[in-house]
Amino acid sequence: MKELSTRLKQVKPSGIRKFFDLVLNSKDIISLGVGEPDFPTPWHITEQGIYHLEKGHTSYTSNLGLLELRKEISNYLKKDFNADYDPKDEIMITVGVSAGLDMTFRTLLDPGDEIIIPAPSYVCYEPLAYLAGGVPVMIDTRDTGLVLTRESLEKHITPKTKALLISYPSNPTGKMISKDQLLGIIEVCKKHDIWLISDEVYGDLVYDLTPISASTYIKDRLILLNGFSKSYAMTGWRIGYVACPRDVLKEMVKIQQYNVLCAPIMSQYAAIEALQNGRAEVDRMKSSYELRRNYFYEALKEIGFEVQKPEGAFYMFPSVKKFGLSAEDFSMRLLQEGRVAVVPGNAFGEMIDDHVRCCYACSMDELKEAISRISKFISSL
Amino acid sequence: MSIKEKLTQILKENSRLADADIAKMIGISEAEVKALIKELEGDKIILKYSAVINDELLDDGQSVTAFIEVKVTPERDKGFDSLGERLQKFPEVKSVYLMSGAYDILLVIEGKSLKEIAFFISNKLSPIGRILSTATHFQLKKYKENGVIMGSIDEEGSNRLNVAF
Repeated sequence: MKELSTRLKQVKPSGIRKFFDLVLNSKDIISLGVGEPDFPTPWHITEQGIYHLEKGHTSYTSNLGLLELRKEISNYLKKDFNADYDPKDEIMITVGVSAGLDMTFRTLLDPGDEIIIPAPSYVCYEPLAYLAGGVPVMIDTRDTGLVLTRESLEKHITPKTKALLISYPSNPTGKMISKDQLLGIIEVCKKHDIWLISDEVYGDLVYDLTPISASTYIKDRLILLNGFSKSYAMTGWRIGYVACPRDVLKEMVKIQQYNVLCAPIMSQYAAIEALQNGRAEVDRMKSSYELRRNYFYEALKEIGFEVQKPEGAFYMFPSVKKFGLSAEDFSMRLLQEGRVAVVPGNAFGEMIDDHVRCCYACSMDELKEAISRISKFISSL
Repeated sequence: MSIKEKLTQILKENSRLADADIAKMIGISEAEVKALIKELEGDKIILKYSAVINDELLDDGQSVTAFIEVKVTPERDKGFDSLGERLQKFPEVKSVYLMSGAYDILLVIEGKSLKEIAFFISNKLSPIGRILSTATHFQLKKYKENGVIMGSIDEEGSNRLNVAF
């Protein structure tokens, strides 16, 4: 038999696959390993999807997506971030943010082009960049408060650098970038003529600070990615979008055209409802996450963890260095001995071997039980 | 959202949380939580702590609930208040609402049996002067109460994968 794609085979099946299989099959554990809201999709949004299914709206849409949805997105970007995107040809609806990112990489990158990615970062960034022919250059942000600084960015730029990918609030750290830091990074991108890709899927879930978007400050070299999965609790609907200059989208749409054609139409209708009438529900869920964040942060500190207070998303990224175990060993033993699942930091960048990601989008009862089990586990070390 | 609003939101959701946990959630001290709860109780903002029970699952918890629409003649100077205040005193009466529309007062009655409710209507409610008529509706099944869906309390998020990124 002829060999399968060499490039694909070189994508690591994530060294910790075994650990995840174990977690997926574990019973009687408390999982802080989840990556999605613990709320169902707000019912009025689901109902819109059902309504359109009943109406028989089950066809393709245009490659860019329903114009009505693109208009709503354009309004949202204008109203919340004072950003101007023409719904006609500067916004495309995608099958979640990951698909948008895949298309972005394939639109920007030629073989050998370097793409800078701060670590830790969402798991798909590095492999998708590699699959698109790019060379991912990871910047360790552990010494700079888990946020990319302009200084470390400058140090990693080479003549081959094509783009920078940032995502704040961050999965896995929950950290938000400040306006000054963001402006500094944008300046560097302009100076060195590199593209900025900003994944803002957690952008509405910011607690202590005012939400900010790169789209307020830059347009001509920005590819903005966002979606409905997290803020509207719509993970399974697979719906997101790309906003970028029209000459970029003109090329990118070809990939969508020959790949998935369009995002599912019922999800697009549901997303219209989300943007039109979903804000109150987002605020309700957000305030619930915030209370749990406060609890979990204080409780982790109380039992002895070093952890930064996250300003957004629903993740916390405590260090496990002081326990003398690697992130992976800590997670494995915590699962087996403490019956609590967390995600080892090296899932989010190979060098991040001393932190773990905890998702606090769980009930208060689960969080309390998790804290008590983790506390017992670490005192047994 | 003010601290008081946060506190009442938390208690509405789960009034059994420890003060220490609530303190962490809001970002104030445990002593402040205790003092605030005391204040809310004193001001009669918090009236009672109760549980939402799915009594269909209780062996001997079966009860009958009826919604009674009551038409009345309002009293000079007092309107509907004097009757409302009188009706609220019966222990069988779970809730009393003054309503707009086709009738005036809605009563929610809970009893052990149909007989008990019939007795309440014929012997306690109807003899009260100024009551013109009543219409009684029995509850057949409870799907949702106080925001809690019966029988599927843990449905939310239950199909989430243990691990996802």
